[in-house]
Amino acid sequence: MKKIYSVLVENRSGVLCKVAGLFSRRSFNIDSLAVGETDDKTVSCMTIVSSGSAHTMEQIEKQLNKKLDIIKVRTFDESQSISRELMLMKVKYNKSNRKDIMEICAAMKADIVDMSKNYMIIQICDTSDRVGNLIDMFQSISVVEVVRTGTLALTKCSETEQ
Amino acid sequence: MIGADAMVKCLEEEGVKVVFGYPGVAICPFYNSIVESDVESVLVRTEQNAAHAASGLARSTHTVGVCAVTSGPGATNLITGIATAFADSIPLVCITGQVNSDQIGSDVFQEADITGAVESFVKYSYLVKDVEDIPRIFKEAFYIANTGRRGPVLIDVPMDIQNAKINKFVYPDEVKLRTYKPTVKGHSVQIKKVIRELEKAKKPLIYAGGGVLLSGAQKELYEFAHKHRIPVVSTMMGIGVMPTEDELYYGMVGNNGKRYANVAMQECDLLIVIGARVADRAVNQPDMITDGKVLVHIDVDPAEIGKNAGPHIPIVGDAKHIFKDISEYEFATHTEDWIATLKEFKVTYQPKRDAHPNFVDPANFITKLSKAMPEDAIYVADVGQNQIWSCGYHIVKKGQFFTSGGMGTMGYSIPAAMGAKYAHPGKEVIAVCGDGSFQMSMMELATMRQHGIKSKVIVLKNDYLGMVRQYQHFTYKDTYSVVDLTGSPDLEKLAQAYNIPFLRVHNDGEVDKAIETFLNTDDNFLMECIIDPMDLV
Repeated sequence: MKKIYSVLVENRSGVLCKVAGLFSRRSFNIDSLAVGETDDKTVSCMTIVSSGSAHTMEQIEKQLNKKLDIIKVRTFDESQSISRELMLMKVKYNKSNRKDIMEICAAMKADIVDMSKNYMIIQICDTSDRVGNLIDMFQSISVVEVVRTGTLALTKCSETEQ
Repeated sequence: MIGADAMVKCLEEEGVKVVFGYPGVAICPFYNSIVESDVESVLVRTEQNAAHAASGLARSTHTVGVCAVTSGPGATNLITGIATAFADSIPLVCITGQVNSDQIGSDVFQEADITGAVESFVKYSYLVKDVEDIPRIFKEAFYIANTGRRGPVLIDVPMDIQNAKINKFVYPDEVKLRTYKPTVKGHSVQIKKVIRELEKAKKPLIYAGGGVLLSGAQKELYEFAHKHRIPVVSTMMGIGVMPTEDELYYGMVGNNGKRYANVAMQECDLLIVIGARVADRAVNQPDMITDGKVLVHIDVDPAEIGKNAGPHIPIVGDAKHIFKDISEYEFATHTEDWIATLKEFKVTYQPKRDAHPNFVDPANFITKLSKAMPEDAIYVADVGQNQIWSCGYHIVKKGQFFTSGGMGTMGYSIPAAMGAKYAHPGKEVIAVCGDGSFQMSMMELATMRQHGIKSKVIVLKNDYLGMVRQYQHFTYKDTYSVVDLTGSPDLEKLAQAYNIPFLRVHNDGEVDKAIETFLNTDDNFLMECIIDPMDLV
């Protein structure tokens, strides 16, 4: 079972460590973690994707709610949310594969955002699954480095309307 | 006024009478400011015991216990004490000195990242970065420690902050915490469901834990149980929720509990768990309390509900509030047959002991001691075989029973009893430990002498780490490894060294006289009972 936790926290030093520490102390998984300020400068949002049994998923929410630096915990499934992840991937290219790379990028709605004689950086902003697909497609091409932000998510507008 | 003065002023505002601690340079500004204040300080002999003493005080007074130690090793030594309090939800405010703010992170002398180190053992922690924050932080710390599910809060104060001038000291009237609003009042819909179940139930049972004591709901529980004729069992942390000899109380559950209490738990058709976390030592198979019965779980901490066993009716709230709300409803129960059955269980499943006649039988000794103790006495059990005997045979009348239940920290009893005795000089306060746990905290005999804290100590001496020896007896077929306590001091000489009255009890024949002398002495007392080294709990 996979859940997305959107956790509003006090924007103070040490809070990330406390939340991450909670996951390690209780053997909860973190599939991905993304942190950033919200529109309120005193509040940060941590988007945590975790997987495990339904019991574990419930415990994560309850234990998060116990932490004093946490303002609000919202839990939702992928189906209830719009989620995106940003990935930057540096690849080594040559004349023979350059066209293939560009075709894959076009098909996947990925952009080439930097380029030199032998290297290029490809950027994609999409769901985690599609980001994973893109990485798979580049397996046969020389990938130098990959960085991913982790998932960001908001509940769908239709959920908010309810 | 400097930061250190403000810290002490905050303690005065909170009505703190005493700080248990151990100074070092990094907390010296605070200890300098305390001299001229109304707050007394007690010098323990190792930092861990400062937290245990504060815990004993907190448990005996329903207030927050306070301890203050220095940075680095002082702070790290405190950790076991903090973890012990955390495991048993005891409200503490632990103050640690820290190196100067500009030196934090540079590994200077006696620097330790204590807020990082204690993260998983505290309810909350602060590293003070601005002297002006001191009043707010202290106000919050005391509030957080003693509300909701209680627990320790740590305040780490760098030396430069303690020495910095504070412009304005205003102690806040209330806390403003947007992230902390504990639920104490139970949901009325859920409470009505419980009442419906109680009306239907033929064999209801209340399973009360330490949360009932922490919420101060003993009277409410007693009245509720008696009004509706509902029997009660308790966890180890719940010992004292009802008088031991009350006709509706059926003892402690769990691996080391009373067999009849466990049978009652299996046989009941409605189990109301209140202020307990269904821990592994109390209920080793959670199915046992969910299958074929209705499980109600009431706790102030929502994360405990459903953590170990899924309840049919969960209620988040404080025990005292819940009992108050339930008592507003009139309803009838029909439990006399069930109570009669439990009375039979109590006879059928009475534990049988085969005591060696040449030694003091700890079961007999503890029973006699607790019968002779004043009604309101405080009994503090340590950890080991002594704890299990104490839980099994101590008779609570109107007094209190403390022990380190969650963490099982050896050495807890002597400092905790000291803290309780400090708060209640007129009450009899007795620590009962084994010779292993005694040696973990015997340095506090000096603290007791120095500060005139007349708590008493009983050592059940068997020259072994008895609980581990027992485990090795069963698990490793009597291959004893590192459990022999040969080399321990002669306690008579030790008592002489501290100028403490002493008695050694060799066998059951000497017990009555010894208890009389022990209880009639208005001073510290060290009593050693020689027990059978091969005895099992």
